[in-house]
Amino acid sequence: MAAVSLTVNGKPVTADVDPRTLLVQLLRENLRLTGTHVGCDTSQCGACVVLVNGKAVKSCTVLALQLDSADVLTIEGLAPADGPLHPMQEAFRENHGLQCGYCTPGMIMTAVDMVRRKGHELDDHTIREELEGNLCRCTGYHNIVKAIAAGARAMKSAGTAKAAE
Amino acid sequence: MSATGIGAAVRRKEDHRFITGKGHYTDDISRPGQSYAFFVRSPHAHATIKSIDIKAAAAMPGVFAVLTGAELAADKIGNLICGWMIHSKDGSPMKMAPHPALAVGKVCYVGDPVAVVIAATLAQARDAAEKVKVDYAVLPAVADPAGAQKPGAAQIHEVAPKNTIYQWHIGEAKGVDAAFKSAKHITKLEIVNNRLVPNPMEPRAAIAEYDAGSGQLTLWNTSQNPHVARLVIAAFVGMAPEHKLRVVAPDVGGGFGSKIFIYPEEVVALWAARRIGRPVKWAADRSEAFLADAHGRDHVTHAEMAFDAEGKILGLRAKTIANIGGYMSTFSSAIPTYMYATLLSGQYAIPHIYCEVDAVYTNTVPVDAYRGAGRPEASFVVERLIEVGARELGQDPAELRRKNFVRAFPHQTPVIMAYDAGDYNASLKKAMELADYKGFAKRKREAARHGKLRGIGISAYIEACGIAPSQAVGSLGGGVGLWESAEVRVNPTGSVEILTGCHSHGQGHETTFAQLVSERLGIPIENVSIVHGDTDKVQFGMGTYGSRSGPVGMSAIVKALDKIEAKAKKVAAFVLEAAEGDIEFKDGKFTVAGTDKSAAWGDIALNAYIAHKFTGQQLEPGLKEGAFYDPTNFTFPSGVHICEVEVDPETGNTEIVAWTAVDDFGVVINPMIVEGQVHGGIAQGVGQALCEGAVYDKEGQLVTGSFMDYAMPRADYFPTLKVDTTVTKCPSNPLGIKGCGEAGAIAAPAAVINAITDAIGTEAVAMPATPPTVWAALQKSSRAAPRAA
Repeated sequence: MAAVSLTVNGKPVTADVDPRTLLVQLLRENLRLTGTHVGCDTSQCGACVVLVNGKAVKSCTVLALQLDSADVLTIEGLAPADGPLHPMQEAFRENHGLQCGYCTPGMIMTAVDMVRRKGHELDDHTIREELEGNLCRCTGYHNIVKAIAAGARAMKSAGTAKAAE
Repeated sequence: MSATGIGAAVRRKEDHRFITGKGHYTDDISRPGQSYAFFVRSPHAHATIKSIDIKAAAAMPGVFAVLTGAELAADKIGNLICGWMIHSKDGSPMKMAPHPALAVGKVCYVGDPVAVVIAATLAQARDAAEKVKVDYAVLPAVADPAGAQKPGAAQIHEVAPKNTIYQWHIGEAKGVDAAFKSAKHITKLEIVNNRLVPNPMEPRAAIAEYDAGSGQLTLWNTSQNPHVARLVIAAFVGMAPEHKLRVVAPDVGGGFGSKIFIYPEEVVALWAARRIGRPVKWAADRSEAFLADAHGRDHVTHAEMAFDAEGKILGLRAKTIANIGGYMSTFSSAIPTYMYATLLSGQYAIPHIYCEVDAVYTNTVPVDAYRGAGRPEASFVVERLIEVGARELGQDPAELRRKNFVRAFPHQTPVIMAYDAGDYNASLKKAMELADYKGFAKRKREAARHGKLRGIGISAYIEACGIAPSQAVGSLGGGVGLWESAEVRVNPTGSVEILTGCHSHGQGHETTFAQLVSERLGIPIENVSIVHGDTDKVQFGMGTYGSRSGPVGMSAIVKALDKIEAKAKKVAAFVLEAAEGDIEFKDGKFTVAGTDKSAAWGDIALNAYIAHKFTGQQLEPGLKEGAFYDPTNFTFPSGVHICEVEVDPETGNTEIVAWTAVDDFGVVINPMIVEGQVHGGIAQGVGQALCEGAVYDKEGQLVTGSFMDYAMPRADYFPTLKVDTTVTKCPSNPLGIKGCGEAGAIAAPAAVINAITDAIGTEAVAMPATPPTVWAALQKSSRAAPRAA
């Protein structure tokens, strides 16, 4: 067992873990943040995507002990507890970008990172290529692509509103 | 149409918890004191078990128990079953081999569970599992269905000589033979419907808990049908009396059929939990899902279609070998028989049909229903035959179809199904318009200028859904009824809870069912909640699959709402001091006909429970009604999908450049959700056609055992899909709904393969039509890319 200290959704966390513990296990089992999901064991499906130090990371493919001092954001931390939803979350609901919901947290976190890297005007082709690391079995991706495009634009408006404060 | 009623694209109520990461999937649940199970699985496809030595494993840190099939049998836990009896042509019953939850004596597929380790942590269970020593005597294996009946093939179960479970048939051979003799043209095809792994994104999981004080067992399980699981595990497996077993299916992350069946893992978890006195949690990892979830499809078919001189179809005959796998899964026998061959008429008036199906055991994981369940297999046969027939006859594929469409309804096919209502020409016409079928030649020339081979393929599908009329199913060998239940509970404050026997694992019932209730009762949709998935709450239901929740589940709700309305009117009569016959109910208001005396829904609901306005002799208090709805027929969704592809002759890569779907689902409750179902179904059908295939090698080793080797379609496989509908109301249920969940998966594969074969000019393209497959086929056709000198 070894100790690791990091920040998760803005709160400091310290845990004593078996060195084999993956970040996704730390989140789901130690911290009971079960919004991040495990869908595969070969790092393809993307259901486990979280943001680590602002960048999208597959939490099934990083050991908890690698993340000492890291800043982790999960789906649960995307919007304030009693505040409005994040524009990307809203966009998924508005555009029916989910059915069973299992891939959804990973899709949303991936989408937020996609906007950071590729900007707010995302065309179909870009979004579809950028989703190579995310599998969905329910939606056929059609409405996920719509949701991400809409969410990206909505993030810009929200960002503009913030800057104006 | 109100903003939240039938036909409205209401945004989903269930979404909030999913988009905020607050869903409750089975693996999210933790029970106090829970232990973790890890299964020891056979690495051999076929072997006898000489001995199992658990001593070293049992001594590992954190281990509570290491259990095998011997202990399971000693505790008198029964075997898993297949619940649908099929008889062979000679009248003999299907050869169902015993299927214990932990293998006894022999193993029949790679992944067959042999022992289970229960420990304090999952890591400890895994570590201990590696110390379980199983001594196998490896036997020759047979993995491919076409080889299972051949002389010299490994014999898997004593009860089934030549690995043959049944030899079934449907239709009349004599009439078909005569038709073929008189034919001017016969199209013949060898078709493999490739084996698939359903792969919902949430792997299967189970948590079992035993309360020694009350003798109550509880199972949380990723099930599409918790009541069926409860019935089978209680009555057939003999785990516990039915009333002592509670099954809860919480949020479930997709099923597509693979979560219908009763599997070894939940049976073992329940038994182990009671035996060791701790909750037992098991969650599959993806590798286990590949090894141990029921696979789909896996048919080998020889099919022929006979035409007259004008191209009218005179008859269809087919011989299919269907792979059942190492044991018979819960509904496995019905998929290649009554769910398959009864749809071989397609959308066409075919006077004579005959189909023979041999179901065989092989050393592979059991095969059972997967989205479409038999209907994609049938549709592919019919739509490839007519497309190839058109090409051989020199006729336009759309025209040949139109010539043969059923036009008069009801239409009795030669294969049991009687199509109730439809307008196949309307779907074809609309699809061709939306797809700009006429403009294809120009697009093809344009593509050729860019070095691409462009092709177009039609798929006109029909399916039998709204599973199913109980008596009909029973007469065909089904062991259960396939009605559905609903209970409508009106609360004193006027809010309503609907307890449904259906289950939502992505279909959006919390929204669509609420739309129905909101419109009928004239109450805000926020005041309606849908309860499902818990055998403690909902008395009984048959679950969700076979596109049944709309036609069957909602019809049960309608029947219960009819009773609610009748009772509420009685209450209103007392409240409004009028005759019951004078009470009208509309838009949430009760009025006395011809007057302005009225009472709101909320008033009447409260009065029903306060019971001040009537005596107990006059009327029972309360406002709660239940109904069981047994469908009178299957429903028959149908439609036309048109796929356009561009094949790169250098690489064999296929790009889908356009997709048009025009489906007839009858009445649509929520068009946004229905479109989503079509998108998802198309994606799975495209996956089957282009990239998916579960492959076992000659020794029965699963070669495609992870997402590294089994190609799942990704977002960049698809263009924007054009999806539209035509509507012929279903005449057999109160709402006129046909159902929509499987359509895309049924229609898509033939559309893709018809398009690719059109593009490259040869029919010899098997699914999955991967780049190497298409490239190789192309080399044999005249349209291969010219080689550099």
